[in-house]
Parts: sequence; C-alpha cells; structure tokens
Amino acid sequence: MNAALMILEIAVLVLGIALLLLDLWTPPARKRLLGYGAAVALVVVLAYSFKLTGETGFAFGQAYAFDGLALFFKRFFLLAAILVLVMAAEFSDRIASGISEFYSLILFALAGMMFAASANSFPMLFVSLELITVTFYVLTSFQRNRLASLEAGVKYLILGALSSAFLVYGIALVYGASGTMDFAELAGKSAALKDQPLFLLGLLLVLAGLGFKIAAFPFQIWAPDVYQGSPAPATAFLAVGSKAAGFVLLLRLFNTVGLDVTWHWEKLLMVMAAVTILYGNLCAIPQRNLKRLLGYSSIAHAGYLLLGVAAMSPAGSTAVLYYLAGYLFTVLAAFSVLAIIIRKTDIEDVSGLAGLNQRSPLLAATLTLAMVSLAGVPPLAGFFGKFLLLKSVVEQGGSYYAYYWLAAVALAGVVISFWYYFGVIRAIYWSKDPADLSPIEVSLPARICLYACIAGMLFLGLFPNRLVENARAAVLPPPPAKIAEKTAVAVASPASIK
Amino acid sequence: MSPLTYILGWPLLAALVVLVIPRNYRFVIRSVALLATLASLLVAVKMFCQFDAAPAVDGYRFGQIIPWVASLGISYHVGVDGINVGLILMGAIVAFAAACVSREIKTFEKEFYLLLLVMTGGILGAFASLDLFCFYFFHELALVPTFIMIGVWGRGERKNYATFQITIYLSIGALLALVGLIALYLQMPAGSRTFDIVEITRYFNGHPMALASQQFIFPLLLFGFGILVSLWPFHTWAPLGYGSAPAATAMLHAGVLKKFGLYGLIRIALPLMPAGAQQWMHVLALLCLGNILYCGWVAMRQKDLNLLIGNSSVAHMGFCFLGLASLSLLGVTGCVVVMIAHGLLAALTFGLSGWLREQTGTLEIEKLGGLLRRMPFIGAVLIMAMMAGCGLPGFANFVGELAVMFGAWKSLSPFVVVAAWGALVVGAIYMLRAVRNVLHGPLDPVWAETRDATSLWRKLPFALLLVALLVFGFFPRLLTDKINPSAEIIVEAATATPVGKIAARPAQ
Repeated sequence: MNAALMILEIAVLVLGIALLLLDLWTPPARKRLLGYGAAVALVVVLAYSFKLTGETGFAFGQAYAFDGLALFFKRFFLLAAILVLVMAAEFSDRIASGISEFYSLILFALAGMMFAASANSFPMLFVSLELITVTFYVLTSFQRNRLASLEAGVKYLILGALSSAFLVYGIALVYGASGTMDFAELAGKSAALKDQPLFLLGLLLVLAGLGFKIAAFPFQIWAPDVYQGSPAPATAFLAVGSKAAGFVLLLRLFNTVGLDVTWHWEKLLMVMAAVTILYGNLCAIPQRNLKRLLGYSSIAHAGYLLLGVAAMSPAGSTAVLYYLAGYLFTVLAAFSVLAIIIRKTDIEDVSGLAGLNQRSPLLAATLTLAMVSLAGVPPLAGFFGKFLLLKSVVEQGGSYYAYYWLAAVALAGVVISFWYYFGVIRAIYWSKDPADLSPIEVSLPARICLYACIAGMLFLGLFPNRLVENARAAVLPPPPAKIAEKTAVAVASPASIK
Repeated sequence: MSPLTYILGWPLLAALVVLVIPRNYRFVIRSVALLATLASLLVAVKMFCQFDAAPAVDGYRFGQIIPWVASLGISYHVGVDGINVGLILMGAIVAFAAACVSREIKTFEKEFYLLLLVMTGGILGAFASLDLFCFYFFHELALVPTFIMIGVWGRGERKNYATFQITIYLSIGALLALVGLIALYLQMPAGSRTFDIVEITRYFNGHPMALASQQFIFPLLLFGFGILVSLWPFHTWAPLGYGSAPAATAMLHAGVLKKFGLYGLIRIALPLMPAGAQQWMHVLALLCLGNILYCGWVAMRQKDLNLLIGNSSVAHMGFCFLGLASLSLLGVTGCVVVMIAHGLLAALTFGLSGWLREQTGTLEIEKLGGLLRRMPFIGAVLIMAMMAGCGLPGFANFVGELAVMFGAWKSLSPFVVVAAWGALVVGAIYMLRAVRNVLHGPLDPVWAETRDATSLWRKLPFALLLVALLVFGFFPRLLTDKINPSAEIIVEAATATPVGKIAARPAQ
C-alpha cells in the first residue's frame, strides 16, 4: 500500500477528527471561529497539493488511482470546501447547536469526495459515495428545529438509500458477469462482455446510481426539495461537491471501463442530457424560492455537463472539467450571498432581494454576476464553459447527426434560462417599494470569499488558457481500443447517416 | 500597440474606473465616461485619416495579435480594412454622442455609465475583431448591457415585455450564429484549427468548403445574424425595444450594435460560403422586401414617434440586405455605406426623440404639435434627420441607397422597383407626416414650458452626428474609396465558384 499518495485525504480526515476534539475545549462563544481555522488549514492542504503535480501511482492494489484527473478534482473539492466552511461560519447562528460537528461533517464529506476522485474500482467507488451521501443525510437535516430541513433530510435519506441500492445491485451484476470489480481489469474484459445482458444491466444500474448524485433526469426528483430545505452551506456543498463527485466517477468509469460498451450508449446519454436540460430550465421558471430555483437550475446544469459526457471525446471531458470549475465559483458565490441574506432576514423568496443593491452593493453585484455567469454570458466563466461544451457536441455532429439536435436543445435551454436568471437580477435592481432597506453587513472573511468567487468567475472567463491546458492534461488519454473504435465509427458513419 | 486597442480599450478601462468611483460623485463618473468616449473618437478619427497611408498585412491595417487560448487557436486579433474602418469611426461618434445625451439619466447613474462604457467597448471590439471568438465575445459583451439598460432605465408601459422580448429574440439570434461559427471552425482540419478570420479565409480560399457543409452552415449564419439585424419576419423586437429603451441605449443599439449581424454576413458568411450565399440570396432578396415594404407600411400607422422611428430603422435595414443579396460590388459597397449612414441617422433620431420625451414627457404624435416654435434647433435637426431618412441627396443615406439600387438592378431589377417605391413614397409619407404633426401646426399651450437645446454642450451630440451625415453625403469618396477594394475581394470570393462546380467536386 502506498499511503504517501493519500496524504491529502489523510490530512483532511485528521483535521476533521481534530476539530471534534478541539470542540471539547472551546468555549461555545468561540466555536464558530473553528470554521475559519479549518478553512485556513485546508488552504495549507490545497497549497501542498501543488507539490504533488505530475505524480501518478496506485494504492490498495489498483483500487485507488492518483493521476492528473484525480488531482484536478481533489483541488476542486478542497477549494469548494474552503469556501463552504467560511460560509458555514457565517451561517453558524442559524444552526442551533453542534456547529463544530457541522464543520467536521463537511470535512468528512470532503474526504469522501477526494477518495471518489481517485476511485478506480467498484468497492472504492461505493465506499466513497456512501461516505459522501451518509454525511449529507446529516448535513441536510442539521437545522433540527426547522421542519423543512428535516423533510429535506428524510427525502434525501430515502432516495439516497434507493439509489445506493441500485448502485450495489449494479455492481453485483457487473461482478457476476465479469468476475472482477477492478476498473483496469474490467477494461480488458469489457470488449468480450459488451453483448451480455447481465453486464449491460449492471452498468445501467450503476449509471442510475450516479445519475442520482448528479441529479440528472430521471433521478432528479429529490433535488428541489432538498436544496430548499437544507441549510444554505449544506446546499452549496451538495450542489458543487456532490455533483462534481458524480461526474468524476462517471468520467472515470466511462473513459476506462465501459468504453466498448458505453461507446454505443451515446444515444442514452444524449436523451438524458436533453431531457435534464429542458426539465431543469422549464421547471425553474415558476419558482419563487431562491434555493428551490437554484435546485432546478442545478438540474439544468447537470444536463449541460452531461453534454460533455455524451460527446464521448477528450474535448467533451475537458469541457466538463472546465465547466465544473466555473460552476464552483458561480454557485458558491450565489449560495454565499443567499446564506448571508437568509441569516439576516430569514426570507428565501425572490421578493426578499428587493432593494438589495441599496442594502449591500457587494452582495447585489455578486449575485448578479453569479446569475449572469450561470446564464452563460461573457466575460464570465459560464460562457467559456458552455462554449467548450457546445463545441465538443457540434464537433461530434459530423459523425452522428443527432448531436446537432442535442446542441439545438441545449441552446433552447440556455434561452429559457435567461428568463429566470434575469428575473432574479430584476428583483434585485428594479422591484418597486422594497419594504426593508436596512443595510446588511458582510464580515471580512465572507467578503474575502465573495471577492474570491468574483475573481474566479472573471478570471476563468477572461483568461481560460491555463485551466483549459490543465483540464486537457488531466483528462485521461483515450486507450488505444477507443481510438480504433472511433475511427471505425467515423468511417462507417456516412452510410449510417443516410 | 494598434490604435484599435486604444479605441476599444479606453471605454473598457473607463468602465473599471467608474466601478471604483463612489456613487455620489456623479460629475466625476459622467466626466470619465465622456472623456473615454471622446478619446476613442479622437483615435478613431486619426485612424480613419491615416488609413490609406498605413501598411497592410494580409489586407488588414493597424493589426495586432495577442494569443489568448492557444490550445484552441483563439487570439485577440484586431485589424481594419475598408469595410470596418468606417464602421468603427461611426461607432465611436455614436458612442460619444450617446454619452453626451445620457445626462437625462437621473437614477443609478454609476451603473448606467458602467454599462454604457462596457457596451461601447464591446461594440467597437466586435467590429475591430479578426478572430471569430473575440468577434462573438465582444458582441455578447455589448448585448447584455442592452437588456439590463432597457429593463432598469427603460420607459413606457410595456417595458418589461419589451425587455424580455428583446432578450429572447437576440439571444436566439446570437446562439444560432454561435453554432454556425463553431461549425465553421470545425470545418478546418483537426490539426490546424483556428478562430483567426484571416487564417480561415486563406484556408477556405485554397480548399473550398464541401457543398453540404455550406448548405448547413450558411442558413445558420444568415438567420442567426439576420435576427440580430431585425430581418423580416424576425424584426418585432426592434420597434418596441427601441421605443422602451433609454435614448443612449437605443442610439448605440439601433445605430451600431445592430450592424454587427450585417458585418458578420459580409466578413464571414459571403466570402467563405459562396455556394450557400448564391443559393440563399433570392430568399434574402424576398425577405428584405418584407423589411422595406411591410415595416414601412407599419411605420405609417404608428402613433408614437419612437415606434415610428423604430419601424423606419427596421425598414432601412432592408436596403442593406438588398445590397448583400445583389452580390455585386456596387451593392455591397452601398450596403456598407448604408450601414454607416443609418448608424449615424438612427443615433440622431433616437437622440432627438429622447430630447422630446424628456421635455414633453410623451411621444404620442397626436398630442405634440408646433414644437418648432419652442425648439428651433432640435426641430431643425429633426427635419433634416427625417429628410435624410427619406433619402434626400446631400446626406450619406442617399449615396448608400442609390449605390444599392444601382448594384441590385442587374440581377434583381423587380425588387429594386418595389424597394425604391417603398423607400421613397412610403418613407416620405411617414417621415413628412411626423414632421408636420410634431413640429408644425399650432402650439399646444401645454408645451409652453419646453426648452430647446441652447448651450453648445447640449447641441454638440446632435450637431456632431448631423455634420458626419453631411460630410459623408457630400464627400462619399471618403468612404467608398476605402470600401471598394475590400468589397471587391469579398464579392469576388462570394461569386467566384458557380454552384455547379462545387457540387461536382467529390464530397468529403
């Protein structure tokens, strides 16, 4: 076993346990400061991760892979957790008791996500996903005195358990058909197994389990309710971390194991992506609750991200990575603003934003930028991400015509989304007669986080070069089998189109 | 550094400066905006004067390239040839005039000037770009402020409806064009893909695009860009949107930003996809009659001055499309001249209507009347603008429209007859009627308190636009001498390969 490779995860776990211990000696009044401390410690871990650039290797046999993709996502999750911890510290007076546990649970979920980034076998995949999901059962229902929060926890628990059952069942079937749980070994066997119904059913069930994590249609039912009911920092981490964990697993699974099989699954993924985009965007239109609105918007964004997966090309995977990075800053900016507003006013309705530009210009500007970035407007990160996704889809249109229709659906979704994103901006700037105009103070750490999110959104939108290069290097090089298959399809395609 | 970078950089830099100025320093904010647009204007004038002397690289002058996203072949590449040099000058003039008339804005001035400057930088950047990605990027940068400005500072009962209508229409147009541009980029072989327009043009000159691809991409660009230019029947956003917009926004959008779609067609769609162009040009010629006739007809029935101007502006776009549809040197040259002339004219009329609305609080033609007595300067300029809109010789519009009609006569003579009738008869009816009802006749005592633009500063934006219209009207060679050589290259590329020849090539 190569423990040195897991240094980042070990550090995070130790930090989480240390936080629980420190809680014993910290007076209640100062407990919320522990969150800032944990965030600073994570900054150190994140800085250390840059020392590991370029390293590759395996631990637990082949079960744990450390490579460019894993490192990219580990940094991603660390960054998300830092911002979420600061947000949680801001939000702490809305959480009745056990704020230190709240921080620790965030760290444990973070560890699960970081393991998921490296998962290279089904047991690892399952255990890391369970670590994430079980932690989130608690995080979502953390405001025990709020009925909505409890409801969110129960819903997440029931549907999460159901999806875990799908996942385990699928893994069992795959194991039954192939005799192995290791991704690398499966990759060698999948060519022979690609017509076996048991194996296909198994992979399909695994896809269902992952679809739940990323909230893709038809596994999206839980998202709006859970987003609405959970405490804002938990929702933010769910929206960014849990979704990204689902995508890293999806990418790794499809890029290594299921190639020969999943190469023929593009139709399924395309339908999933298209329906998810339309469902999320159309259902978001009538929403008045901001967290619920972002819940539906997150479904739509899962659909956009699925575009990159459905493209089944390195360009598509690169686009997914880039899009997620932009999505991180955007969604965390939006939720940070919401957390601060909810803490102050306890109003989650869109109308609660009235007069925000007079109450706090910084919050108004941040939320506006986040909405504009989610809508995909330059010069913000969302635009370049959508551009890359769209490019990867149109690129495949040459070999399979339906990709053009997928691009058309995605564009329709983008146009629909303008409606509700600009509705939020309208509520901020030009609602009539705001009832309350008392200023909202933003503490220094929160302000730093907001500025970091704004800087991230603008930087990724204006200077995409570095990250595109990084993402491209992080995406696994396609194995030879795939290239052969792909050219075969490309050659056969002119006939198949007609 | 290229003067183009200064032209588009000053407004964007000023936007950053405005961002950090506290909001109660109104005078400072306004001064920064005025100074930045004035600086752009001065550089643009200087560039226009030096254009002939500057050395040309690949046919473009004042070029500059900075790699942006190297792995995708995206770079910041600016440069001008005869086609966009005039457009940039026109854009800079309109931007300065728009900053001048923004004095009417009294709420959230900081945000307004910020958006105005971003919009200006975006517009000028879009016209200066020689990189497909930048081209689109800058256009979007200018487009989004338009929506917000109409939503926040717009007027009229149907403001919200207008905001959403313009947002959705223009987003669809822009996204269609984006798909077309991406598809165009993907037509290049995998190893040498680039967004650089110069490189792309060179590649497709040597390796004409497959007919099937042309037939697929050209309509995407035609209708994507067409929606942005209010091509009939996708024009309904324009009159209402301009009617609700604050004067400065309407000036910049109707005057400058709308020409982006036409510029895209001239720069990208025509020369790269000749077969597609030749197939679709008859459709375009039919649709442009919809602009000229239908929208002219609608303009005759308008009771609101802004809606009338908005509809007439849509009608004028028909001439640009007619010039393109002719695929002749004279037609395309005329199209570019109309773009410039109409940009100045639209800015002038929307600026004037903004003044009238500020003074009277209404633009309903029936309520106004006799205002020439109270506003000799504004009234006189409005009469001249309306005359220019009818195509009176001496204004730049006349030159452009005449060139378009001559250019289109050979291939599209029946269309020209109808278009000329539409412009000269229908146009004259509504323009002159508006002049009569708004400016002449008895003065309603309600308007006794209205004021004219008296100080030099207030007169400046209108005078500037009018002078530009007259200068280009009396000395059209200032424009045509520059446009002609560049238009020739484009027309040659667009007409070089007959449709049959490409079809005979083996499909790729």
